[in-house]
Amino acid sequence: MKMKRRASSVLLGALALIMLITGCSQPGSNSSSSPSGGSSETPSASADASMGTGGSAVGFIFVGTKDDYGYNQAAYLGSVAVEEAYPDLKVLRAENVPETAEAERVMEQMIKDGAKIIFPTSYGHLEPALNVAKRHPDVVFFHQGGLKTSTNVGTYFGTIWEPVYLAGVAAGKMSKTGKLGYIVSVPIPQVLLNVNAFTLGARSVNPDATTSVVFTGSWCDPGQQANAANSLIDGGVDVLSLHQDCMKTVIETAERRGVMTVGYHADASSLAPNGWITGSLWNWPELFVEMVKTAQDGQFKGSKFDGKYRGTLADNVVQLGSFGANVPADVVQYVEDQKKALLDGTLLPFAGPVKDQSGGVRIAEGETPTVEQLEGSDYLVEGVIGSIPK
Amino acid sequence: MILADILTGAIRSGTSVMLASQGELVSERAGVINLGTEGSMLGGALGGFAVTVWTGNPWLGALAGGLCGLLIASIHAFLVLSCGANQLATGLTIMFFGMGVTAFFGRGFVSEQIVGFNPVALPLLSDIPFLGPILFNHDPLTYLSILLVPLLWYVIFRTRIGIMLRTAGEREEVLFASGINPKLVRYLAVLAGGFLAGIGGAQLSIAYTHAWVENMTAGRGVVAVALVIFASWKPARAMLGAYLFGAAQALQLTVQQQGYAISPFFLFMVPYLLTLLALLIVERRKSSRTPEALGKVFAGEGSG
Repeated sequence: MKMKRRASSVLLGALALIMLITGCSQPGSNSSSSPSGGSSETPSASADASMGTGGSAVGFIFVGTKDDYGYNQAAYLGSVAVEEAYPDLKVLRAENVPETAEAERVMEQMIKDGAKIIFPTSYGHLEPALNVAKRHPDVVFFHQGGLKTSTNVGTYFGTIWEPVYLAGVAAGKMSKTGKLGYIVSVPIPQVLLNVNAFTLGARSVNPDATTSVVFTGSWCDPGQQANAANSLIDGGVDVLSLHQDCMKTVIETAERRGVMTVGYHADASSLAPNGWITGSLWNWPELFVEMVKTAQDGQFKGSKFDGKYRGTLADNVVQLGSFGANVPADVVQYVEDQKKALLDGTLLPFAGPVKDQSGGVRIAEGETPTVEQLEGSDYLVEGVIGSIPK
Repeated sequence: MILADILTGAIRSGTSVMLASQGELVSERAGVINLGTEGSMLGGALGGFAVTVWTGNPWLGALAGGLCGLLIASIHAFLVLSCGANQLATGLTIMFFGMGVTAFFGRGFVSEQIVGFNPVALPLLSDIPFLGPILFNHDPLTYLSILLVPLLWYVIFRTRIGIMLRTAGEREEVLFASGINPKLVRYLAVLAGGFLAGIGGAQLSIAYTHAWVENMTAGRGVVAVALVIFASWKPARAMLGAYLFGAAQALQLTVQQQGYAISPFFLFMVPYLLTLLALLIVERRKSSRTPEALGKVFAGEGSG
């Protein structure tokens, strides 16, 4: 009896432990940063002009693995471009860096190894980066997607909701049931904004279309993704999209069950020869090289990257992916026309009036929200089924 | 219809947990708690995926997955049975070891694609109204896992092997007296348990998700261990518990789609809360019988 009680209390503890672990990403079991380069100590100058210059390395930290068909792979490709453009700079990479104080440790190590420029590429790497930045005023940080900046921390991102809107238009055209599904992780503004853009796009061509949104609580848990995909398909959805760091399982599950897909982060058309509609992609290489050049030249202060830089569809920082073989020519043509309108400014996806789920007007008639306002989205638009924690 | 969807989802997402819990049950019947089941599942998920990538044959993959699970469990067996290490501490260590070692060796497999196992609708049976789609439209490993349960029950409760297994977990001195080495029985039980957990992990990677991602079991192995207690060390109940966990996962996803104003964060907890609740209820029930020597290290006189 005593044994039983002891055993089960340990089990309860272990269960709680695993909830903690899975809740905040993986332990940093394998960081792949290069061995320390033995760079000599560098004088710490805090003058604006020397900020970010004189380093022997550039550091990149990723929250996942570099070949996840997704977010991290896109950022990794950017780091490869930097490597090619600057053969003299050592590119230090660390994968699977959790969004905790562990990230600070990794960045400190990179600075010790000679990095004067660091790319923390995950949303949750922002706070650790701000902390490290305070201690190292001579190092420039380019954070991906952050809403906060400091003297030596700039953030960059892309208006990915533009191609997501266009993909929504395509999905609205392709769907027979008018029921679309969206698998997402946690309700942060980026995620809500994409779900909204997708839904507005779909409803621009099919006013009755709805998007069922399902939160999995994780950026990449294939088992739960498969559950979510199956559950949405059982519910009658015939187009699935997602905002997850990895997407193989969702795209494949949908393909197997004869459901169409809209991808995110990277092109996964090869995984779904029948059902692939299109996707929204990041194109970091040129931007990353430009950012490194700016910092290397001592031009960071006052540049467009000093603050919140947002690359657009017109800048080619975000892109609409290729269309699947089964998308009819007239749908492709229609979406391409919409894309042109978006590029020349005649189409504004979030032009008011935009209503939220309860019918309240969030963007008034005749109003156009700023990028800043959009990035603070804390609501889901009319036509989205699902709820966000209040 | 929603009920049918949830029940189908229960089997889909519960199968990997179910296989692992059957394995843990065998191990615990012989007196060894293996918290490293999570590690064995991860080993199975990666090993199964890798061999399926190399050979294109998911059956070989499943076998390799089982063997990888067994390999990881063998470390636990050695430390606990031969070195006399504490079972709970060792198990936790093995769990984290499994996470690390699979993350390390799995790096190259994240982008690989496989055909793997796919759902096969059984002719006639899958046409049965309501039950057909729930029970008879799954991948081959799922069918096998369902067949495993009565088989395991039979072996444990109706065969000589089963008597030896249970005796190892209850009264090892009796085994001694009949000339059987209890340590050997326990070794075999832990290895068999690791094998089943490995197959469970492989089901997740090569049948259900067709993907390998670091730490993809996300705690399913720990849930499996908890379920064994909920199940009072009985195979059919462990199966029920695993499907209950699967159903809770499917349920929370279905509830989200209905648009009720329930926070997803609360829903994420539901499967774990249900499992904890079930544990607590069983804890209070008299009928649950713990193998008497569970958790004790065999050292000739059963110190522990």
